[in-house]
Order: sequence, then C-alpha cells, then structure tokens
Amino acid sequence: MTDTTMTIDKTKTDTQPAAPTKAEPDMPPAIKPAAERDPLRARIENFSFYYSNGFQAIKQVDMPILDRKITAIIGPSGCGKSTLLRSLNRMHDLYPGNRYEGKVILEPEGENLIGPEADPVLVRLRVGMVFQKPNPFPKSIYENVAAGLRVRGIKKRAVIDEAVETALRRAAIWDEVKDKLHGSAYDLSGGQQQRLCIARGLAPNPEILLLDEPTSALDPIATAKVEDLVQELSETVTIVIVTHNMQQAARISHRTAFMYLGEAIEFGDTNQIFTNPKHPRTESYITGRYG
Amino acid sequence: MSTTTQGALSAATTNQTAFDAVRKAKQKDILFATGGLVVMALAMTLLLALIGDLVIRGATRIDYGFLTSYPSRLPERAGILSAWVGSLLVMLVTAFLAIPIGIGAGLYLEEYARKGWLSNFIEINVSNLAGVPSIIYGLLALGLFVYGFSLGKTILVAGMTLALLILPIVIVSIREAVRAIPRIIKEGAYGLGADQWQVMWSYIIPAARPGILTGAIVGLSRAIGETAPIITIGALTFIAFLPPAPVTGEFPFISFAWLNDGFTVLPIQMFNWVSRPQAEFHVAAAATGVVLIALTFSLNGIAIWIRYRLRQGYRN
Repeated sequence: MTDTTMTIDKTKTDTQPAAPTKAEPDMPPAIKPAAERDPLRARIENFSFYYSNGFQAIKQVDMPILDRKITAIIGPSGCGKSTLLRSLNRMHDLYPGNRYEGKVILEPEGENLIGPEADPVLVRLRVGMVFQKPNPFPKSIYENVAAGLRVRGIKKRAVIDEAVETALRRAAIWDEVKDKLHGSAYDLSGGQQQRLCIARGLAPNPEILLLDEPTSALDPIATAKVEDLVQELSETVTIVIVTHNMQQAARISHRTAFMYLGEAIEFGDTNQIFTNPKHPRTESYITGRYG
Repeated sequence: MSTTTQGALSAATTNQTAFDAVRKAKQKDILFATGGLVVMALAMTLLLALIGDLVIRGATRIDYGFLTSYPSRLPERAGILSAWVGSLLVMLVTAFLAIPIGIGAGLYLEEYARKGWLSNFIEINVSNLAGVPSIIYGLLALGLFVYGFSLGKTILVAGMTLALLILPIVIVSIREAVRAIPRIIKEGAYGLGADQWQVMWSYIIPAARPGILTGAIVGLSRAIGETAPIITIGALTFIAFLPPAPVTGEFPFISFAWLNDGFTVLPIQMFNWVSRPQAEFHVAAAATGVVLIALTFSLNGIAIWIRYRLRQGYRN
C-alpha cells in the first residue's frame, strides 16, 4: 500500500475499543475471548431499517464488525442481509422515504454512520461497496479503477497511476490487464470484471469493504479466484460479505452472522456457527432444512 | 397429481392434444407474420411512392441557380435561397433554445425532482404537450411573442415557437435515455462516494449521450418541416433579401441583427408555390420538397451515426 493514495484512510490502530462488545445472549463464553482480542472496526447497535413503504426489513440488530476480519452474513432470501449491508454505506439514501434507526458506529472514532449529522456521501468515501453483478463503468479499465480517486478530487497523474496499479495488484488482476489498461472494461470476462470492481472499491483505500453476494453471477472458477482474493484482502482491509452460499461463508469468513426475517439470530466465530450452532433456527438453516 | 385421478386419459391422447395445440399456435404465428408483412409493405410502398413522385417531378429543377436565387414571379428564375437560409437560421435559434433547456429539464425531472404527485403531474403534461397540434403553438406564439412581447414576426420568434414545439419531444427522449442507464451503474458510482453532481456529470450524461443527442436531432428534424405554427405567426411568403449576416467584418465580429429580421422557411416557400396556378411553380415546389426531405433525412442520418459511433467505443 502506498501512502500517497491514503486520502481518507485513517491509520489503523490496534487500540482496544472503549466499550467492550455487547455480549449476545446466545454466545457461549468459549468464544468470547476472540471477540475481545480482535479490535473492532464497527459496531451495529440496536439497528432497524424501514423501507419507504413502511416495511421493517431489519429488526434491532446488534453486530460487531472486527477489524481486518471477514464477517459473513448468511440467511435465506429476503432475510434482510443485503439490506443490512447496504445500510452500512447508506445506499438506501438514494431512494427517498427509507429510514434508519439505532446506530452504526465506526471505530475507533466512534462516529455514527447513520446519524443525522453523517453525510451519506462522506460515509461512502470511507465504506466501499462491491455489488452482486459486476458493474464496471462503460470506461477503460484504468478509468474504472481511477474513478474513486477522481471522485475525491485527485488529479495528479502520477498519484492515480500508482494507486491504480496498487489496487489492481491487490485485486490480483494486474497481470491479466496490465497490457490493456486503456481498453474497455466491458471486454473482460465476468470474473475479471468483478475483480476489477473489487480493485475499483479498493483504490481509494476504504476502511471497510462491503461485498454483496459478489460471486452469485460467476462460474465456479471465477468464484474461487474471488474467494482467494477476499481472503488475502482481509489482511489489510475489513470485509463484510453477504452470501447465500453457506459453503462460501464457511470457507472464507472469520465470523458469521445468521439472519432470519430481519433479525440477527446468531453471531459468532464461523467455526462455531457451522459446527456447533446455538440456535435451532441456525442449525436447521445450515443443515439445509430451509433456505 | 391430477393425471393419476384421470386414468382414462392415456398418454397418447394427451400428446395428441398437445401436438394439435402447438400446430394451431404455429398457424396463428404464420398468419400474424404474413399480415404484418403485408401491412408493412403497403406502408413502405406508399411512402416510397410519395418520395419517388416528388423526386421525379422536382429533382431536375434543382441546380446551383435554384439554390442561390430569390423567389421570383417568373417560375424559371425562382429559387429558394431566402427559404433555406431562413430555415437554417430558425433551426439555429431553435437548437440553441430547445437543446439546453430540454437537457436541463429532462435531467432535473429524472434525477433531482422529488418524486410525488407534482412530478407525476408534470410528467403527464410534458407527454401530452408532445401531442398538441403544432398550430396551437403557433397561436400561442402569435398571442404571446408577436403581440404580447411585441417581438414581431421575426426569426427569433419563429425559433422560439419551434423550440416550444419540440421541447416536450426533447425532454421525453432525454428522460428515456437517462432512465435507460442501469441502476447498477449509478449505484456503483454512488458507492464510490460520488455526490449527485459527480454522478450526473461523469456517469449519467456520458452514458446517456447517444440518447440525448438523438432526442435533440429528432426534435430538430421535426421542427424543420413544421409549417403551421410558422404561418400562424406570420412568416413572409415572398422574401427577396437575406437577413444581415451573423458574422461581420468589424468588431465584435458577431451580429445578432438577423434575429429581428423577417424570414421565410422551406415549407412555407413550398406551400406558397403549390398554391400558384402555374405548373412550373409546382415543379419548383416539388424541388423544394426534395431539398426538405433531404435535409430531414440527413438530420436523422446524423442521429443514427452519432448513436452508432457513441455505442461503439467507451475508450479513452
């Protein structure tokens, strides 16, 4: 990572959060130490979300997001997992009438991302997002990755050049595109496009990267590449991933949250959730009884 | 399963029924396709016949003299110089007014306006305005611009009238172009932290550019053939002079005096000649028609070419 591109990146501190994680009722004492050991990047507290038609898609969710760890959100269709993810960078603000309640605290500053004083645009500068379907812009590969920097008013060619290369390397796609940086992003395969979108999200050095079912439109080989990439990235950036693929959550995430009908039913170490779920609903979901 | 309860219905019978249904559906397909082909061929033949008739009667009349002469009471000396210059200048004013206002209004309505009963009301009205007969715009312009504002029967007023006329068309097509941009692209841009202004300038406008340009040109090609509103505001039918040139030899080199000049346009020249008794004038009218159709087609051609070009490459 280059310091030249860190326009908004706060230095990642390892200081303990001021308040300890709120203990979930279902969480056994055995996994608590892990939660205490890892520094927090964000805390979702008593969070509810209402769509403009009045439907409450998220009901009083509490969830810690650990720094430089992969947090997976799983659950059946319509359980609110994507809605929760999209709340974290205020995507719902694009459509009028949607309403948040509760808090999403970004650590270590303790800023409430959904508070009335938080500007959605500034939140999105700090929390990046990769979407379900690869959505490269109709521009060159280079301009796609540079987009996030241009949005931030960075104009110096050298700075952008370097950030683009760094991001493409981090997204493990540099070798495939370095000779056609100025070719159209639409000429890439679906899997390459998705990794390009990850590079685009990484270029401005976000504090958290949100991935909304990033492999649901990809074939198994492209999926494997994206999964490898996400695991590598978790060493440097905090990742929250929504997936309806339980195996994927089990393979790549450190922590898993299970959501059902807008509620966070269970949250814990991925191993524990998949091998020893505490809640009967979690158990029946991961054993394939519904979904 | 329902079939198990109806054991009498054998698999063979079921298949036979299904085959019959498919065969019937196919026959309907063929019938519809044939009917459609006939109707289309009829429409195209009529159109081609009209244009062909015009070309056969008028094409030979078009020469350098025809394009560079003023109208005359002698049919063999009559030309369309003042008409095509007038059309050009009126189009210039129309484009200058309708395109920026249309783009601004379309983008505002689609991107910025709060969705509610008011924006629905405006949307319905804009669509309705696109269907209002053009002579109504002429009456409006006559009352408002010519008499109300005392602007006279000038190029400026004609341009303003035609701009009003095509504004709804331009707005509707721009809104459609903007709406056609996938939501996922917009969300991608917002997701990077772009604000609304950046999203509009860097993502929406570039992506909608083919549609925006097409809308503008289709609007202009409608305006160039309009006769009724121009007659209503009182364009001259016989004009043997050109408006002052927009570019002058002395400082500040650009003159807007032409805006306040009288004028005629191609459709009016044509209308005028058609209503003369002499057959030679009818030939001149046909020739004017050929020029007008050629202009309209080339405007549409430019629109298609732009759309094709811009779709091709997103390279930079």
